Amino acid sequence: MSAAAAARELVAAIPDPELPAVTIGDLGVLRSVEARGDEVVVTVTPTYSGCPALEAIRREISARLAAAGFERVEVRTALRPAWTTDWISERGRERLRELGVAPPRPRRGPELVRLSVPCPRCGSASTRLVSRFGSTPCTAHRVCNACGEPFDELKEL
Amino acid sequence: MNGDLFEYALRLGDDALVLAQRLAAWCAHAPEIEEDVALANVALDLLGQARELLAYAGEVEGAGRDEDDLAYLRDEHEFRNALIVEHENGDFAVTIVRQLLFSAYQLELYPRLERSRDERLAGVAAKAAKEVAYHVDHAGVWTLRLGDGTEESRARAQAALERLWPYAHELFEPDAVTGRLAAAGVGVDPAELRPGWERRVGAVLAEATLEPPPGGPRPSGGRAGRHTEAMGYLLAELQHLHRSHPGVAW
Repeated sequence: MSAAAAARELVAAIPDPELPAVTIGDLGVLRSVEARGDEVVVTVTPTYSGCPALEAIRREISARLAAAGFERVEVRTALRPAWTTDWISERGRERLRELGVAPPRPRRGPELVRLSVPCPRCGSASTRLVSRFGSTPCTAHRVCNACGEPFDELKEL
Repeated sequence: MNGDLFEYALRLGDDALVLAQRLAAWCAHAPEIEEDVALANVALDLLGQARELLAYAGEVEGAGRDEDDLAYLRDEHEFRNALIVEHENGDFAVTIVRQLLFSAYQLELYPRLERSRDERLAGVAAKAAKEVAYHVDHAGVWTLRLGDGTEESRARAQAALERLWPYAHELFEPDAVTGRLAAAGVGVDPAELRPGWERRVGAVLAEATLEPPPGGPRPSGGRAGRHTEAMGYLLAELQHLHRSHPGVAW
């Protein structure tokens, strides 16, 4: 395995600090890992401009790569192209569901779609929005009309 | 051009920073707990935008100032935010109407700035444009609830609109800096944003049964560092910890 591929495997497995069941690879926060000479350049992108998790993610990337013997590591932040929930992998969506977080709906054009968001616990399609802003910048807060449980939804972006 | 770019990045960054500071004060005081969280989230988005923009302003200036220096160590006359964002929170209606008027302005601005020839501004704008769409949506829903709500909520929302409307004009004032930057394809002419803003805000207000006041004063001066009385108090709270304990960290 090349150095870049080995570094990528290590970094992609880092859990998201806010949603630890999902890795930064599955979330699409990790954009690229490249070897440049003896240096590894990792590029990440924030989910939201003010997302405090990004600082923790950057530190964790440096720490893991240093522990694996990569001596020269640079972690870059790229704002463009802007992160979109469409980058979350199938495995990431499955993990979110298991965590009790409804995965994001696909984005369709400039207007936000208004499909129903199924309850990640009981699967009912009858749920309602409580607040557009949940426990983290990337989630909205919903309640299931069938089982009564509140849950977070990763809102499409 | 670098002087213009510094100035422009400061204006955008200061708008976001000052409104983030205002919104953060609602945490634990909003009418319901979901709203505490919502306003804090909007504030966090704005703070993230402010950090990127002020860090960039510092780099462009090239005098060794970073985002913290610019946020904490400038005095009132050096801030370039529009007056509307420093306006006191007032009651919840004032905060919501201010958010609607300002976020709708950002929603016109950022998608255009995404096409800037300046790579950094375009990057911040691409990210922020998506966030701001949620802010407008949120402020819009509340404006409907308040305006087309009870007699009391409608009266308060209408009073808030009459109080804040005069401050909206400043957002669309072009000057020499925006003129040069727009011509160079780096910045956006603020006057160009007004028609889209009027359509969007007008539609929400009409549905909310609210009416903007006719004519009236057009206070201005924020972009030149002339602020309202509220600004000094805001900065005292924002800056005192950093100034009293230089270099302090969590």
